[in-house]
Amino acid sequence: METEKLTTGRRVRTQFMGIVSYGMLPVLLLLCIYFSVRTYSEQQREGADAGRASAAAILKQFGPHPCVVIVAQKDSPPEAEFVTTLQQQLRSSGATVAATSIGDVGDARRALKTAVDAGKPVDVVACTQVPAAWPLWKNLAKDWPNLGKPKIMTPPTYMWPNFLTLSNLSNITERISVIAIIAIGMTMVIITGGIDLSVGSLIALSAVVSTLLIQNVGGGQNATPMVMILSSFAGIAVCGLMGLFSGAMVTVFRLPAFIVTLSMMLIARGIAQKLTHSEAVADVPASYKWLGLGADLFNIPNCVVLLLILYAVAYVLMHYTVLGRYIYAVGGNSEAARLSGVPVLRVIIFTYVLCGLLSGVGGVVLASKLKSGSANYALMYELYAIAAVVVGGTSLAGGEGKILGTLIGALIMAVIQTGMLLTNVDLDTQNIVLGVVILLAVLFDAFKRSGFRFPGLRGEAN
Amino acid sequence: MQGIEKSFPGVRALRGVSLTLRGGEVLALMGENGAGKSTLIKVLAGAHLPDAGTIELDGQPVHFRSPHESQRAGIAVIYQEFNLIPGLSARENIFLGNERSRAGFVSRGSERAVAAELFQRLGLAIDPETPCRRLTIAQQQGVEIAKALLLDARIIVMDEPTAALTPPEVDRLFQIINELRSRGIGVIYISHRLDEVFKIADSITVLRDGANVGGCTTSEMSRGKLIEMMVGRQMQDEFPRRVPAVAEPRLVVTGLRRGQAVRDVSFSVGRGEVLALTGLVGSGRTETARLIFGADEREAGEILLDGQRLTIRSPRDAIRNKIGLLPEDRKTQGLVLAQSARDNFGLPNLSWLSRWGFVALRRESKAFAVYRDQLKIRLPNEMQRVRNLSGGNQQKIVLAKWLARQCEVLIFDEPTRGVDVGAKYEIYLLINQLVAEGKSVLMISSELPEVLGLADRILVMHEGRITGEIANARAATQQDIMALAIR
Repeated sequence: METEKLTTGRRVRTQFMGIVSYGMLPVLLLLCIYFSVRTYSEQQREGADAGRASAAAILKQFGPHPCVVIVAQKDSPPEAEFVTTLQQQLRSSGATVAATSIGDVGDARRALKTAVDAGKPVDVVACTQVPAAWPLWKNLAKDWPNLGKPKIMTPPTYMWPNFLTLSNLSNITERISVIAIIAIGMTMVIITGGIDLSVGSLIALSAVVSTLLIQNVGGGQNATPMVMILSSFAGIAVCGLMGLFSGAMVTVFRLPAFIVTLSMMLIARGIAQKLTHSEAVADVPASYKWLGLGADLFNIPNCVVLLLILYAVAYVLMHYTVLGRYIYAVGGNSEAARLSGVPVLRVIIFTYVLCGLLSGVGGVVLASKLKSGSANYALMYELYAIAAVVVGGTSLAGGEGKILGTLIGALIMAVIQTGMLLTNVDLDTQNIVLGVVILLAVLFDAFKRSGFRFPGLRGEAN
Repeated sequence: MQGIEKSFPGVRALRGVSLTLRGGEVLALMGENGAGKSTLIKVLAGAHLPDAGTIELDGQPVHFRSPHESQRAGIAVIYQEFNLIPGLSARENIFLGNERSRAGFVSRGSERAVAAELFQRLGLAIDPETPCRRLTIAQQQGVEIAKALLLDARIIVMDEPTAALTPPEVDRLFQIINELRSRGIGVIYISHRLDEVFKIADSITVLRDGANVGGCTTSEMSRGKLIEMMVGRQMQDEFPRRVPAVAEPRLVVTGLRRGQAVRDVSFSVGRGEVLALTGLVGSGRTETARLIFGADEREAGEILLDGQRLTIRSPRDAIRNKIGLLPEDRKTQGLVLAQSARDNFGLPNLSWLSRWGFVALRRESKAFAVYRDQLKIRLPNEMQRVRNLSGGNQQKIVLAKWLARQCEVLIFDEPTRGVDVGAKYEIYLLINQLVAEGKSVLMISSELPEVLGLADRILVMHEGRITGEIANARAATQQDIMALAIR
């Protein structure tokens, strides 16, 4: 029993070391720190939080029993929350809330009248951001002489990086969800020593096939959830079949993967264009957006949940299953693997099929995000996926690589992209920076492996 | 070379090694794998910078910071893996980096003349315009030597030059070495084959654990003493003894055929028998083994085990039928170099080391530990990449793979190639133990002393056919085998 525990402890530690050994993790952290510092700025409070902060500020400034009027906009849950929270907090500490208003300028005016009628001089008018800018307050002393010269207050602000706001973080994860999903299959294909250039086109094909099925067969706008699910699976299955074809070409006929998947890239894109006559397919129910834009679990976008599940499954597959072991062995030395009884052919075909299926999933997610299918989706995505894999530390020569490294690689690229958006870098410069970063990442990796020397210059004649 | 020291992270590879080579001398550098021979050579070749120590050439101290500098000083190293470009001709390879040119154009005529003259001097019949990939191993070696001569090398280092040569080719190489010696060129000769060393070397320097353990002229050295110096302990016998069993046949092969390589080969291996399959390189030995194992497709022939006919279309089928193959080249066929020792061990065994497709990591570790201890595999930990292990330890991991698989028939193709003396002996012991358990062993080897010392029965192949059988291997001589192998 005792030894059992020890082994588990050691295993946990090795696993932990495994995560630390992801070489690009420090790069990702540095980038996050950099953009956090660059975007450190004033943040507005909202909702209940704003209410609590305002209450504290008012009580601090005007003692325990001020008289307050609260003004907010209508039709917005955070505004209403602000009013309720502030009112509750003030009342519980003995302050007077003379009137509240959730509405337009007219409502605010009526609220002020109520306060005047109540007869107690008003110390503070607590407003949210938009009402605070109304011209109503400009000549308050002249227009409302009986009000008691109140002070106009907005919820106090605080300093925090724009980069680290919830909305930006979910923007990052959402931005990479499609590329990160296809990069899973790409990682496996590259570890076996192959490459798959067709993933971008397969995304478009899957998006087109599933939306077309909903539009033309499943009843368009009135399609039921079951119809949408079946159509999505049909789109994914088509991509799986394309992957099967690529895998068979690569193994049975020993054609170079680069050329086979280059052809598949053209073929799949062409089929998608023919199916749609190059027009967008948009006749789908509003609920089709659920996967791409919904956020059911703790406000985490559904596509990000899907992404995390897929990475968890892929991680287990690569590190704990026989198939994962075989994938690494085939990439490391396919002849040695074959002579050890590994079904090399089937293993390679599996990776292409999986890569196709995951492209299909990516296509469904993208179509759901954009609530339509189009043959022009995901141009160049294969290159971004390959970049994510390589930045994540997987060797293009095969045999080595880590699935979570790919996730880090995809995150690095998304962090740079959104970071540059937040710091107002223009689009053209963004591409240059992204290219340079990919190059630097790979260079850093090569340097690290060779012990920080120039691997290509050793022993060169001079 | 005086007091050379070199450390790598975690290892002190050389601790004050000294070596003296005179002009026109053939010096054998001996030692187990990991003794520091390769590191010493790499220091001499300028591939490693020594941490301490001096190198003098004709009394002048020299410092090599790159292989190029060492080459210019007249030192040529011929590694086991040749530095030739397969697609270029012999001439182009010889002059690579040193092209004779006029106004930027290669002057083929003068190059060809020089190359032809070099080959003639070495007694090699090579057309300078043949692409290197069409040359035999021995001829490629000749091209490497010619390249060294072109650079006016005064010291030529040969790392295991005979590992892939047939006996007549070895004789040919020795003539060339004698020719080099007579020209005053110093030769450092690295080999694990004791016979050859005693035949060709003038003096012997022995390394163990990165230090000199002795050096003397060949005439003062005996076989037993040399082995003792290398291993660091006394060894009674190079080949452990075993009582040969009279065996009923287990593996029966009839009419095996594939193209010109294997033509109508039939034989049987008995229970508890070591059958040696020998012959020159290219005689069809390895090809026969690959057909039995399903690595190549056979055109005809039947394979029976214990009277049952086996359907073998792939290595998977063979493994399922309890046949294991230790391939001739462990680096390209036996191991996934980038993976850990344990992962390599597990590869053919995952079918019983897994449940519902998940690898049973703890059971795998336990099984590996058992065979690691049994085979005395020296490892810092089981996750060590096999690329960084010595030849002997690598070979033991390939062995462990098949032992754990509980194979009934084991095919060993050159089981001791590039393996040091100590590990060799352990592999021999293991083969004896396997046959004692009633398993059948088919052994392919080019080292005739090993064949004679280990096998119960010997089959000799020549041009794809079995040309003879020696029923009592213990009583046979190398001449008996060569007579059948050459025809």
